[in-house]
Amino acid sequence: MLSYIIKRISMAVPTVFIVTLLVFGMIRAIPGDPASLMLGDLNDPALLQQMRHSFGLDQSIPAQFVIWVSHLLSGDFGMSIVRHQPVLELIRETFPVTAEIVLAATFLACLIAIPAGLFAAWMQNRRGDLAVVMGSIMLVSIPSFWAGILLIWLFGVKLHLLPTFGYQPFSQAGWGSFKYLVLPVIAVALGEIAVVTRMMRASSIEVLRLEYIAHARAKGLSERRVLLRHTLPNAFGPTLTVIGLVLGHLLAGGAVIETVFTLPGMGRLLVESIYSRDYPVVQGCLLVIALLYVLTNLVVDLLYPIFDPRLKL
Amino acid sequence: MPSSPKRARRANLVIGAVLVGLLLLIAVVNLVYTPYGPLDVNIHARYAPPSLHHWFGTDEFGRDILSRIMSGAGVSTTVSVCSVLFALLAGTSIGAVCGYAGGWFDRLAAMLIDALMAFPGLLLALGIMTVVGPSKWGVVIALGLAYTPSVSRIARGAALSLRQRDYVVASQTMGNSGAWTLLRHVLPHCVAPLLVFSTSLFGSALLAESALSFLGLGVPAPEPTWGGMLADGRTAIDQAIWVVLFPGAAISLALFGINLFGDGVRDLLDPRMKGGM
Repeated sequence: MLSYIIKRISMAVPTVFIVTLLVFGMIRAIPGDPASLMLGDLNDPALLQQMRHSFGLDQSIPAQFVIWVSHLLSGDFGMSIVRHQPVLELIRETFPVTAEIVLAATFLACLIAIPAGLFAAWMQNRRGDLAVVMGSIMLVSIPSFWAGILLIWLFGVKLHLLPTFGYQPFSQAGWGSFKYLVLPVIAVALGEIAVVTRMMRASSIEVLRLEYIAHARAKGLSERRVLLRHTLPNAFGPTLTVIGLVLGHLLAGGAVIETVFTLPGMGRLLVESIYSRDYPVVQGCLLVIALLYVLTNLVVDLLYPIFDPRLKL
Repeated sequence: MPSSPKRARRANLVIGAVLVGLLLLIAVVNLVYTPYGPLDVNIHARYAPPSLHHWFGTDEFGRDILSRIMSGAGVSTTVSVCSVLFALLAGTSIGAVCGYAGGWFDRLAAMLIDALMAFPGLLLALGIMTVVGPSKWGVVIALGLAYTPSVSRIARGAALSLRQRDYVVASQTMGNSGAWTLLRHVLPHCVAPLLVFSTSLFGSALLAESALSFLGLGVPAPEPTWGGMLADGRTAIDQAIWVVLFPGAAISLALFGINLFGDGVRDLLDPRMKGGM
């Protein structure tokens, strides 16, 4: 087990390195000198020279990369050009909002999708299954931003039940802060329910075909016990991988839903920084989201042997 | 009752094919006909509700929403098809060459592909859009590059499994060049998995294009896009829900068709997936 953990972690190291290199390369590929872009219309050659030196832009590209990574490792993600705040501080302020939505949406999606997928597999090729299949295709076809706008219209504009935009942290509004998250979480969860249901159904079908399930049924176990005790745990492994991928995609897709509900999350910070050409923030957000994605997949892979003991390498 | 799910799957494929066909038809028809000019402003008809004159109503500038949806279908389809073709061309070339060549070159490429796949597609596209700036062809490049790694991985896997096959080794033994063997004997076998994948990629590209346009980072105004129409209309939903209802329904219907069609094509071309979803 320990060798599997070491092996999997060591596999993530080159990925992290290449991801870092790519984020660096992307921002460097933007036409124009970063220091001039940051100075905007300010035409001061001395200041430009000073900025170029302080960012290490007067050095070779590999040297610039090394300087940037060493700054990252010491927790220095640079300063926002527009907001005049350290990038890491901005990310720290906005990340909890994104994390709350992503985690709550994933939890909600799992709560519905895992029983739905299991039920569909049990009912394979019968009406209940076809209904779940069709329902999940419909759900996955609804873009979260459209679902969000319709939810705002229905629950905010027409029924006046929930706030349509904004956010209040738990520390300020207590349980009242959750009402700001209900609609975004539902909007995001709809598509995810479909993805997780499809995977859960497919993996449950595979498990239900195995001999030990036939044996369990032959022993006279109830269908409920066959499904919950013998099918669910074994079918959950592959579904967990998909849940990991979904979590990562939600982190990136958060930009859209946070824009719909004007939530101060990391996705919206990224998009606003792209608009305002605040490149240090863009770079920081891209890097943090990509690294979180790598980390999520790593954690999922490390958890996998718990659900599938055959994977003990 | 084995025939019932089979019939249902076939019906899904037909419905999917009809919807995708309709999308492509509208994408072509809008080049020669739309009820009104998609950019024609009529300040006297601002936020006109759906009527016989304007089937889907009008927006804040009195522009006909049906005409703009038809025009948006053209933009979305062009961008999605071109980005999928870009990814297929680049991804298949990279993946097939790496898988076929093997050795350290393949291992390095595999590592790079894995790292690129560590970027969620939309995030990679957002990063690339930062570099290339918002434009129609910028979106094609961004989405094409974002989807290239996943296509490469499939092509590489297929090429890797084929390189030791007897007929491939025979072709090499006969003195055929590596390029000829790859083109004539390896690539044709990658077509089926890539075709299945490209239909799902088409849906992802259409959704990502809409999302980028919604964020204002995709195809810039005044060119009508479904995502852009949703972004413009969302501030007016209290007085005119139709400005977001119909463009959103267009995206959903297109995705629904593509998803049904994709599942149907997979069932047809990949018998192992039959009974799955």
